[in-house]
Amino acid sequence: MSKFLKDFPTIRAFRVGLSERKFSVQEATTALLQEAKDHIGLNAFVDINDELSLAQARNADAQITQGENNLLLGTPIAHKDIFVTEGWRTTASSKILAGYVSPFEATVVKALRAAGTVSLGKLSCDEFAMGSGNEHAATGPVLNPWDHDVVPGGSSGGSAAAVAAGLVLGATGTDTGGSVRQPAALCGICGIKPTYGVASRFGMIAYASSLDQAGVLATSAEDLAVLVDTISGFDAHDATSIETCQGVANAQGRILAEYQRHAANFAGSKPLAGLRIGVPKEYFGEGLNSDVGAAIETALREFEALGAIRVDISLPNTAYSIPAYYVIAPAEASSNLARYDAVRYGHRTRDYTDLEDMTARSRSEGFGDEVRKRIMIGTYVLSHGYYDAYYLKAQRVRRLIAQGFQSAFADQCDVIMGPVNPTVAPAIGSVAKDATAEWLSDIYTLSVNLAGLPGMSIPCGFAPGHRGQPLPVGLQMIGNYFAEGRMLAIANAYQQVTHWHTRRPGGAA
Amino acid sequence: MALTESDVTRIARLARLHLKETEVPALQTELNQVMGLIEQLQSIDTDGVEPLAHPLSAIGEVGLRLRDDVALPTNDQATRDHFMQNAPARESGVFLVPRVIE
Repeated sequence: MSKFLKDFPTIRAFRVGLSERKFSVQEATTALLQEAKDHIGLNAFVDINDELSLAQARNADAQITQGENNLLLGTPIAHKDIFVTEGWRTTASSKILAGYVSPFEATVVKALRAAGTVSLGKLSCDEFAMGSGNEHAATGPVLNPWDHDVVPGGSSGGSAAAVAAGLVLGATGTDTGGSVRQPAALCGICGIKPTYGVASRFGMIAYASSLDQAGVLATSAEDLAVLVDTISGFDAHDATSIETCQGVANAQGRILAEYQRHAANFAGSKPLAGLRIGVPKEYFGEGLNSDVGAAIETALREFEALGAIRVDISLPNTAYSIPAYYVIAPAEASSNLARYDAVRYGHRTRDYTDLEDMTARSRSEGFGDEVRKRIMIGTYVLSHGYYDAYYLKAQRVRRLIAQGFQSAFADQCDVIMGPVNPTVAPAIGSVAKDATAEWLSDIYTLSVNLAGLPGMSIPCGFAPGHRGQPLPVGLQMIGNYFAEGRMLAIANAYQQVTHWHTRRPGGAA
Repeated sequence: MALTESDVTRIARLARLHLKETEVPALQTELNQVMGLIEQLQSIDTDGVEPLAHPLSAIGEVGLRLRDDVALPTNDQATRDHFMQNAPARESGVFLVPRVIE
């Protein structure tokens, strides 16, 4: 755990420290840049640029001097290396983008900058966000701050590790199949992916466009609320960005207002009285580690103590989310990653015979094994004669999965809760080399992306790791479309009476 | 139906990936493991179920948005060069590639 943020562990505490002139943004930024370098062994940061960070810090200090009182002014954050940034390199943790510096800035990055946050740099991830342990990164594995022998989760592993280690107060992530929620769970922090289309994908390097959604990671539900609200809103640069849907206008301020409205109603000793929590039986099957399951059960009882009602539900097609996802995501990836042609940007091989040979050799040198595997699967399932049997079939199953959630929300429950991951963080290098072994742990997170629903993870306890060491467990909360504010308020009610979210690696509260 | 070595080579060609001959057998095994997983989909009855492409079309009509059909400002040379700064080979505002037409 870093030193500086120990005394200012939340966005509000940090902002109060600034207002009381205990430190300036420049002083905090200088200290945190040093701490990021002191923790370089975690391998979470892939690019740090003091000058760029300090320029943002000076700007925030000037705004504070002028009397600006935006909550996020000066907040130290960092970005998953999937978001393109001006100044900092952007590589998607891939050799094919080594040294790439974007000529433009992602909308999400721009929105957080406009709110006055200070970026400390770029954070490692699985290559092109494909992976569940941050082991598929060109710069090598990221270590989990709780135990350096285990993975931080993925694909937003650098983001989760940096927040958990106290190097930043928040980080951006992307969630295509669980890549915000799962690393948040394995690193004992909070993470949310909003409804598909709420945050702009412009400048977010594409993996699977019908599933990709930006999200944020932080240490509390309250901090998530302000961060996710900041990155939300319609963006004409993203063809799938939501303008309005079902009477909901997708604009900044919506999530925060909903959060505050619900939080204000949650009063007394039973703040969640009447809230119906759906608990899908398929999320508690034989694959779930029993200690993880016990931590989830304890959390559910805590919610019941707050007045919530537990409702057993069924999401019968959950198991099929794995094959459906691993058709749709690779298919879209093979199409999206066709842009790496060694012509306009990216790695170009040294020796080649002609244009096609140049492209093929450059791509093979630039892409890692997991990315290559998914591109080939996607190419195959989209190829002539197989499109109906695989891609369209997977999209039909996708509709059944989305309908399963809608029928649960229609008359059984208000939110759904269960585990994020079947186990705590596994040891680095321990996942079996079978081509699909790593994918099976995504079972509780994939269907949320297939349905486009908002999902989050909050810490809810500990369970033994491979050496018996205590490692964090995450509780997943799934809401209906555009229910982000309500979900965050529910999580906040839990965090008012529990303290899992304040636990930090190294024993510090 | 298992993928053969020649299937793997054909897919790689379509995907513009250069494979060394020695890599083909291991990839063949991996891809067949993946296809084994994917085959599970065939056991679900999806008769009469429409494919879902945009997730929010599960709850309502989602149309593709088009911008107004008006010309945007043309980039000047400095902007063009800025946007081409990552090209492996360029000259006078064009991307250079190996000769395509003899």
